[in-house]
Amino acid sequence: MRKSKHIIAVVILIIISTVVLDALFLFMFQRPAQASTQATIIDNFTNIHFAVQAFLFSLIMVLVLYSVVVFRRKPGEEEEYGAHVEGNTALEITWTILPVIAVVIFGVYAIFILNEILAPQPDEIVVEVNARQWSWSFSYPELDNKVSDELVLLVNQPVVLEMQTEDVIHNFWVTEFRVKQDLLPGSMEVLRFTPTEVGDYRVRCAEICGLQHATMRAPVRVVDQATWDAFQAEMLAQPKIGDLTAVERGELWSQQFGCLGCHSVDGAPGAGPTWLGVYGREETLADGTTITVDDVYLHDSILDPNAVIVEGFNPNIMPANFADRFAEKEAEVMQAEGLEIGIVEDLIEYIKTLQEDTNAN
Amino acid sequence: MKTLKYWLISGYTKGLIGMAIFYALGFYLIQAMRNASGAEYDPNPGVMIGAIFSVIGFLLFAGVLTDWLKWIVGKRPPLKHGPPQGRPEWTRYINVDNNHKVIGIQYGITGLFVFLVGGLFALTFRLELSQPGMQFLTYKGYNTLFSAHGIVMIVSILLGVGAMSNYLVPLMVGASDMPFPRLNAFSYWVSIPPIVLVLAAMVVGGWDTGWVGYPTLSLRGAIGTQLFLLGFYLFGFSSIASSINIIATVAFMRAPGMSLFRMPIFVWGALSAALIQLTATQTVGISLLLSVMERSFGMTFFDPAAGGQPILYQHLFWFYSHPVVYVFVLPGLGVISELLPVFARKTLFGYKWIALSSLGIALVGFLVWAHHMFVSGMADSLRIPFMVTTLFVAIPTGVKFFSWVATLWEGKISFETPMLFVLGAISVFLIGGITGPILGTIPSDMPLHDSYWIVGHFHATMFGGFVFPYFAAIYYWYPKVTGRMYNEKLGKLHFWLMVPGFWVMSFGQMSAGIAGMRRRIADYDPALGVTGTQILITIAAFVIAWSVIIFVYNLIASARRAPMTNPNPWRSRAPEWQTASPVPELNYDETFEVVGGPYDYGKGTPAYVNMHPAAVPGD
Repeated sequence: MRKSKHIIAVVILIIISTVVLDALFLFMFQRPAQASTQATIIDNFTNIHFAVQAFLFSLIMVLVLYSVVVFRRKPGEEEEYGAHVEGNTALEITWTILPVIAVVIFGVYAIFILNEILAPQPDEIVVEVNARQWSWSFSYPELDNKVSDELVLLVNQPVVLEMQTEDVIHNFWVTEFRVKQDLLPGSMEVLRFTPTEVGDYRVRCAEICGLQHATMRAPVRVVDQATWDAFQAEMLAQPKIGDLTAVERGELWSQQFGCLGCHSVDGAPGAGPTWLGVYGREETLADGTTITVDDVYLHDSILDPNAVIVEGFNPNIMPANFADRFAEKEAEVMQAEGLEIGIVEDLIEYIKTLQEDTNAN
Repeated sequence: MKTLKYWLISGYTKGLIGMAIFYALGFYLIQAMRNASGAEYDPNPGVMIGAIFSVIGFLLFAGVLTDWLKWIVGKRPPLKHGPPQGRPEWTRYINVDNNHKVIGIQYGITGLFVFLVGGLFALTFRLELSQPGMQFLTYKGYNTLFSAHGIVMIVSILLGVGAMSNYLVPLMVGASDMPFPRLNAFSYWVSIPPIVLVLAAMVVGGWDTGWVGYPTLSLRGAIGTQLFLLGFYLFGFSSIASSINIIATVAFMRAPGMSLFRMPIFVWGALSAALIQLTATQTVGISLLLSVMERSFGMTFFDPAAGGQPILYQHLFWFYSHPVVYVFVLPGLGVISELLPVFARKTLFGYKWIALSSLGIALVGFLVWAHHMFVSGMADSLRIPFMVTTLFVAIPTGVKFFSWVATLWEGKISFETPMLFVLGAISVFLIGGITGPILGTIPSDMPLHDSYWIVGHFHATMFGGFVFPYFAAIYYWYPKVTGRMYNEKLGKLHFWLMVPGFWVMSFGQMSAGIAGMRRRIADYDPALGVTGTQILITIAAFVIAWSVIIFVYNLIASARRAPMTNPNPWRSRAPEWQTASPVPELNYDETFEVVGGPYDYGKGTPAYVNMHPAAVPGD
């Protein structure tokens, strides 16, 4: 008789606790806005997890706390023992088999959800994502391969990101889209989603990638058709390389090659020395000697960044492969426009213009 | 004055001197060779050889290798056992000693010290994170601190596991010591130089890869990265050597009548953990060593620019680093199973199922490593099987939870500090457990991967599976080790501060994670709206820190209390409580015989062990 009373009490408590905890979890674990098809699917699936969590937590904790209260040792029972039960094979088999069944059902269900998230869409557009320590750039094959440092996407337009990294592992994560994917050196990784809400978001790198990992982010804009058309026009109207001056080209390269992730142009501190006023400045090097920054110094420092280090900065942070990457881009420009350019020279011309006084004017 | 003198001639001091000398020797030898061959300056090869030399120097000077060196020249020095001659007894704890209990305590105190250091790192960057923007740390300082926190805490947990396994396993199975006492001393002492190397890595350039050290980031980092990789690698020797002794003790040193299913249940946890340590540590070792060699000699294993494969590292790394989580928790869960019957005055429910579930967890633990790589770009043909195996971890873990609950049911439960910590451990490990499946299924893992949800999940697993049970174990066996009772009031205060503190911290971290907070970031976007949560987590962290200070004070202050009169304060059936406290040099004067079940609490049940009358003190 007493035994059944305990069991009825426990079952009622577990039910109440499950309902309360599930509500508590939904309150405690609030997610950012849902801004992609995938986000909705994932959140609904996650809600099932929350309910299961609430039930399992209640199941064990209600039994533990009920025992703590009801089966505590009362005064005068110091010498007494609990009920003598060594085990119950039927019970053990039950609580092994039932979870096995639950786990298999859950696993299979998760596979279906996964396939739904990853399924290629018929009319998706491709955006190439390039990451390096510690900046992002986005290139649009459908827009003449024009490069932007913000990711602009058309609402309800399925997109495939073809992602590559130039140095270490990074991870593409926009919280509102939910999905995330590592970028692996030496291979191209793909991420699919369909943005569903117009708005401003941020992509943040989610895999530790060195010094400025925390601030490796870029703006993401999901826009309506009209804004998208304007963006397309604007991108396509970007002048040809040949129409730009050396200084303008330098500014473009500084964005495309991610220089500005570490070198500010307004004097703000960063992983590398600011470019503001750097040309002609006298710098103290890590070995104590001083040097005046001129064309030769800038040229060498860009192509062989570890050769000399300015005091207060660290070696091995700036990629040492710019010579190759510049040569590649130069060949590309040559092929597209028949134009011979020097990216290092362009950058130096741009850096020369970054002086305090000229800014003041 | 005298005390200082003994410290100055202790194994630690001598070892550290030897370490410095041999490091310099190795480092400058390589530098000289490189200079002679006209190579460009690169500290990596020198640091690699210097670090390996330094471990040898430490062991040599500390006196760990003395007996073995004598064997080489044909001498047969007898095994030293017993208190030191002509010196106070306490000095055996700061010198090489072969007694498993001394080594267990050395592990324990070192582990606790390292735990406090790791905790201090955490408090430092926790304070930094309480507000967005950089407060008082630089990016580099932050990255080094969180990376060091990870590896230092892992080392401290492994030392804690070593403490429990070394002290308890021989005592519980009725052995006088471990089968290879010198190897046992080696396992402890070889763990010290790697700790020094990792701490040194923080000051010579730091490192920013986290404790996982993924290439290609690890191949580019400052020289601190190299020292960290080497320290981590060299620590593996301690794990492997120690596990051999534990397995051999269980296999060959059990008392008459102690079949495998009559061993105290903790031994099953320690055994399962040792089996993992023996078989998995090598793979992480090789992944770290390959990284070190790639840095030192330009051998290409992981850098794709030269034909390597960065994801290969992740596979090798997690093949150990996932199972090692079970090295942490299986002994802890063993403590829970060990203590519950004592305080519930009731038989352990389903002994065999609990024992085999430990082996089951160890086995399944080997088949799930790639769930750490669900967003790494692995093919779906790999992701899906690993998703299913991962979910299967829930089954043996569930068996443990259900059996614990059934043990409590209809018991006569009392709530001394060790029992409180056991119950706290169940609640915290449950939080860790139930927040796991959401990471195990790929769709729900996607938003949570590399977020603070993970941070909350594994801190709950580590605290529930190791830290809380470890505190329970320390309170429970403190009278056994010292012969004195700890202060119960302070113990309870420790508990009532730490449990709510931990619950808040854990759920706070998970809540921040689901809101979009990434892990391993020095600074966060105020736009995420997690600032309030961060303040809460920081406060909770400091509450936990205070409770740990109370704990440490309790341990130190209680050592001065009057000796205990009750030889068996918990009225336990276990053999270690049938001998004197502190335990005699060789544990039991004569081998006992097992005549009953270990947890057969009840009126008129036969005793677990039949001690030789001469072995019962005070009768």
